[in-house]
Amino acid sequence: MPNHSLPRGEVLVQGAGIGVRHGRRTILQDVDFEVQRGEIVTLIGPNGSGKTTLVRTLLELESPETGTVKRKTGIRVGYTPQQLSIDRTLPLDVRRFLEMTGETEAEKLTAMLEDVGAPRLLNQEIRLLSGGEQKRVLLARALLRDPDLLILDEPTANVDVDGQIEFYDLIRRIRNERNCGILLVSHDLHLVMSATDRVVCLNGHVCCSGLPGDVSTDPAYLELFGEAASAVAVYAHDHDHHHA
Amino acid sequence: MPDFVLYALVGGVGVAVVMGATGVFVVWRRMAYFGDTLAHSALLGVAIGFLLGINVNIGIVGVCLTIAIGMVYLRSQRHLAEDTLLGILAHSSLALGLVSVSFVSALRIDLMTYLFGDILAVTPTDIGWVYGGGTITLGVLAWLWKDLVAITVHEDLARTEGVNVLRTQIAFMTLFALVIAMAMKIVGILLVTALLIIPAAAARRFSRTPEQMAVFAAIAGSMAVALGLQGSLLWDLPSGPAIVVAAALIYLVSITLPARRSA
Repeated sequence: MPNHSLPRGEVLVQGAGIGVRHGRRTILQDVDFEVQRGEIVTLIGPNGSGKTTLVRTLLELESPETGTVKRKTGIRVGYTPQQLSIDRTLPLDVRRFLEMTGETEAEKLTAMLEDVGAPRLLNQEIRLLSGGEQKRVLLARALLRDPDLLILDEPTANVDVDGQIEFYDLIRRIRNERNCGILLVSHDLHLVMSATDRVVCLNGHVCCSGLPGDVSTDPAYLELFGEAASAVAVYAHDHDHHHA
Repeated sequence: MPDFVLYALVGGVGVAVVMGATGVFVVWRRMAYFGDTLAHSALLGVAIGFLLGINVNIGIVGVCLTIAIGMVYLRSQRHLAEDTLLGILAHSSLALGLVSVSFVSALRIDLMTYLFGDILAVTPTDIGWVYGGGTITLGVLAWLWKDLVAITVHEDLARTEGVNVLRTQIAFMTLFALVIAMAMKIVGILLVTALLIIPAAAARRFSRTPEQMAVFAAIAGSMAVALGLQGSLLWDLPSGPAIVVAAALIYLVSITLPARRSA
């Protein structure tokens, strides 16, 4: 993969002092945030904590009222939204959906689908896919752009625990193979993967951040999530690879 | 075939083809009520056209565009739910149109013609407008097609992949206003949305790609025009409503036929 020649730790996107208001409601206040090449950052926080808004500002879909978002020039960004809500009157198969990235060779599309664990879906009608299949197809579309930065908004929502573990393994493999930076958004506290390099806990502002194990014992984190915090499981994968 | 019937058929089919290709987006993007609002505002455009002494079609396109842009702005202010906002705009612009038309009644505007259309009064000049405007509309639609489908599937995703969403939406609104101006003559203000939506809905079950659906919708719309016109001549029915009834019948037949199986 060509990305491997690029230095790990290179800052791909950086937000400084981000503040966003919707009407009179403050959504984000003074948020500093960055994602580096080769790292997996997990953004957690309760519903309404501003996770999606932060993602939208990092994607430059929304401009912050205060602060700045700087994206390294020339990088490609892959994004998977929380869900697709395609009107049932729109006839669209997976192939056509993936072709929107500009890649039209059936072989490459099939190979990518196999890579994300969704083989044989190429000619399926997209709105008939299950939640998990849809997430994988969205991931395939993001990967077809050969991204330097991958932003995944709630990729494991509505996926069962086994499916989540499998998905996290997939994301870890993608990072290792492609050396891209990955930002994962989750409201799900029950499974924070140990492959995450950093967890950032958001509630309008950054409550705390650090290694998954450290964050889960941080007082700010415990206060924010209360009872639910005790249920957090850190999924320990086998250490079958080494970081340089 | 008498000339006026030929003109009606040629003009009507031209409008139906354009409306079919545009109407699929109205269905996919759930813009039916929005289309209604623009159509209702067209009467105000007619009145303004007469009052200012300019071409009525230009008045219609101008008012529809103003309403469309106003709608985009008001929606961004988030004061009211979208359907409430559309209801306010649709009814107040129709009422304002009716009031304005009464001012120019000296010019003997045949209100019924604008409300329900009069395809049998289509002239060669109208056909020129329909085919000229229609060619431009289809050309621009073809140019926008890929981006429009992409933002219909997912707006944010399309934007992160480099689609200029605002430009595409404004261009589509402009097309929409043009289509309504063209269609008014045929089916009238109150029935415009029907010809945008019903043929597209009839095409759904036989289509496997967005493009197929647009083509089938254009065909279904043309059939509705031909059948409605036939009914209008045979039984002396009002032509606009007859075309919509024909479209509804085509839709009913379409849901009883076996659908194409997806591959």
